[in-house]
Amino acid sequence: MATYQINVNGQQREVNVHPSTPLLWVLREDLKMTGTKYGCGISACGACTVHLGGIATRSCIVPISHVGDRPIVTIEGISQDVVGRAVQEAWVEEDVVQCGYCQSGQIMSAVALLKHTPKPTEKNIEESMGGNLCRCGTYPRIRAAIKSAAMQVTKGGA
Amino acid sequence: MPKIRAGLLVSAIVVAFALASGSFRGAGAEETPSTAQGLAAWGQVYSVLTHPRCINCHTATDYPQQGDDRRRHVANVVRGPEGKGVPGLNCAGCHQETNADSTGVPGGHNWHLAPLEMRWQDINDRPLSSAAVCRQLTDRSRNHNLDGPGLLKHHEEEPLVKWAWSPGRRPDGTMRTLPPMSHDEFVAATRRWVEAGTPCPK
Repeated sequence: MATYQINVNGQQREVNVHPSTPLLWVLREDLKMTGTKYGCGISACGACTVHLGGIATRSCIVPISHVGDRPIVTIEGISQDVVGRAVQEAWVEEDVVQCGYCQSGQIMSAVALLKHTPKPTEKNIEESMGGNLCRCGTYPRIRAAIKSAAMQVTKGGA
Repeated sequence: MPKIRAGLLVSAIVVAFALASGSFRGAGAEETPSTAQGLAAWGQVYSVLTHPRCINCHTATDYPQQGDDRRRHVANVVRGPEGKGVPGLNCAGCHQETNADSTGVPGGHNWHLAPLEMRWQDINDRPLSSAAVCRQLTDRSRNHNLDGPGLLKHHEEEPLVKWAWSPGRRPDGTMRTLPPMSHDEFVAATRRWVEAGTPCPK
């Protein structure tokens, strides 16, 4: 076991865990932040996506010992960000969610896309969201919500 | 005295001739490798470059490959404009600065795909021929303008090149396979090839 100081959603947190513990389980089990989901455990589905140092990251395969001092943003903190807020609102407007299990990961990837590419093309959306799986098949609504959020973001100058 | 002077003169001539012909080198110096020796060394270099640890990221495809069977990378990962993936699916979103052996994800500094102009395979996933890879590697318009010493330095020091000899564990805990020779041997082979003038097979 080892003690780690990590910055989650702007707050400094201390956890005492084994160095090999994936970030996902530190968030869910030690910090009780269950918005980030466990899907496949092998970085293949995207349900566990968080932002680590500003990069959309699969938290299920990143050991806590690899996190360092990079800030972590989870679904619980994404609304603090202008783009994050716009995406969440678009998700509600477009009624994207069906079962909802994958949606926190979908939103984290969508925010990463729009922060880098405020006016994404269809190809940009397909490529950036291609690693986030949804068994309910909400892909058309996800796509619509991203376009809606993009309009909101660019209109607001975010 | 005249005999001594004549003797010194003869000795000086012999030494000068030996130096000029290269037969009077120090014990540690080596001959410049011949073209044939250079080509043999290149063969060793080529065997490393076309190993899955190297060629999986020197693809001709719009995506990286993985594993010894060189299958398409999981999660629909794509190359992206800079060979580092795309915003929602960036290489660094999984591949950290070092290997994560507990989860089986390889890592290294600045994890990325080699540019398409440095591909070492065709579009059907077959490795390019030894001659084709050699020509490409020595084409300064396609190798970041590296000359022979630059290529040697790249093979000797580039973190992602060196990673191939410390590739870590697979998700099932077994070790990833290594290139067919040690890094030291790879560097030595590159050095011989460079010293021979980077000859390429016909």
